[in-house]
Amino acid sequence: MRRLINLLLIVVIAFAVFASFAYLELDLAELGSANSLKQMGSYVQRFLSPDLSAGYLKAIAHGSLETLAMSALGTLLAALFGIVLALPAAGRFGWPLQSAARLLLNGLRAIPELVWAALMVLAAGLGPNAGTLALALHTTGVLGRLFAEALENTPPQPAEAIRLQGGNPLLAFCYGTLPNLAPQLLAYCLYRWENNIRMASVLGFVGAGGLGQMLYVSLSLFQEAQASTVILAMLLLVFLVDWLSAWSRQRWVNA
Amino acid sequence: MLKADSRDPAAWPRLLLTLLALALLWPGIQLSELDLGVLFQADSQNEMGRFVSAFWPPAHDQAFMQLLLKATLQTLAIATAGMALALLLAVPASLIASRALSLSAASRGGVPSLPGRLLRWPVRGLLIFLRSVPEIVWALLFVRAVGLGPAAGVLAIAITYSGMLGKVYAEIFESTDQRPAHALLQAGSGRLAAFAYGTLPNVAAELLSYTVYRWECAIRASVVMGFVGAGGLGQQIDLSIRMFAGGEVASMLLTFLLLVLCADQLSRLLRWRLT
Repeated sequence: MRRLINLLLIVVIAFAVFASFAYLELDLAELGSANSLKQMGSYVQRFLSPDLSAGYLKAIAHGSLETLAMSALGTLLAALFGIVLALPAAGRFGWPLQSAARLLLNGLRAIPELVWAALMVLAAGLGPNAGTLALALHTTGVLGRLFAEALENTPPQPAEAIRLQGGNPLLAFCYGTLPNLAPQLLAYCLYRWENNIRMASVLGFVGAGGLGQMLYVSLSLFQEAQASTVILAMLLLVFLVDWLSAWSRQRWVNA
Repeated sequence: MLKADSRDPAAWPRLLLTLLALALLWPGIQLSELDLGVLFQADSQNEMGRFVSAFWPPAHDQAFMQLLLKATLQTLAIATAGMALALLLAVPASLIASRALSLSAASRGGVPSLPGRLLRWPVRGLLIFLRSVPEIVWALLFVRAVGLGPAAGVLAIAITYSGMLGKVYAEIFESTDQRPAHALLQAGSGRLAAFAYGTLPNVAAELLSYTVYRWECAIRASVVMGFVGAGGLGQQIDLSIRMFAGGEVASMLLTFLLLVLCADQLSRLLRWRLT
């Protein structure tokens, strides 16, 4: 019986794959034909000589810094809003606020950064400001949920001890709960920052600043040499972040 | 400021660290032109208010629902077709890149000889390159190369995901018990036979569950890639945002949420079923 169901599943999956190709009317033969391959080849060739002039490299450096700044500020804002929303979401202020905060966090998280960016470009105009806000909104949803879970799992005894000694709730939170929580919160923030650097470099496609916008503009103007420099800069940024996070994790987390 | 017994001894260092961090971030605020005030200005609030107030009720007339259904099916088809193409490249690449099938490793305690390691590097490098460029950048490039529409999305998913799948598959092959495959290799079997009978039975469940998870990611990615013109739901959302059609944006975002939720459930079901 189990075998039969598994066989059926495989047939269904194979059917789904064929149906997808049929539905999209993808002509792979056409795509793989000599003519279109030649076209693609000449298109790729134009990317092989990146523009490395000093002036353009300066613009790239500015774009990279803008991307870094967008991601850092977006993550920082998200961490602030996230902790503000995580307190009610962890059930600190009763259940009506808890479910409201959870709903808000789920909504923020469910909409991808790029959609937020498209909406924020409408609200705040073109430029890196919109990208920062978009990153902040989506990341608030993610960090808020992670923070709320961390808050729920942290031991309550230290805070209770401070409360029993007569400390007010704020003091109890700052000196009873937060010290236990801080390393975890920091680790989550760094992890999201890493993600956001990657994201910030593509948010520009909808007009939200950074390297993405440079890439979009130069591709729209058919300046492939400049575009390939931007792509190289993106790759460099990603490798740098990967290396830095791997190094810092080995140095600080696994120590 | 406080009495000696309730003073926080770590207050000053913390304050100084915060100030230092703020000083470091200050140029960042200039660079990113951060201005939260813009959200509260009257004209942008009017603009946004009019747009958001059109969110309710979500558009649901007959013609739009048909368009929505078509876009949703297209998104699903892009994800599925992209995954199928990605597998075509990822499976051979992972077999070549993985150390698990190295003949020299079988007799050297799992460490391939120097030429063995060097020969694997080009494939590894290719996989790294394929997955390091974000999928949306690939989509943007393919939109220029093959034109607007789902073909660009399929190719972008195929390229990025073959890089990811190839790397993860290769690592899964290496992380399992190497002894069955090594025994087969040393007894003189071919590499493919050693893989099929020594490695695959141990790793099949993990491979399947990772593939299904990636398919779920591909659905999300194909929606996002629509924003640069690669077809599917994303392209329709982008169009509707540009036309300030709030109702259409609302119903498409709802559809997107529903799609992600369904894909999540389906992938959980498949993983539970297949493992």
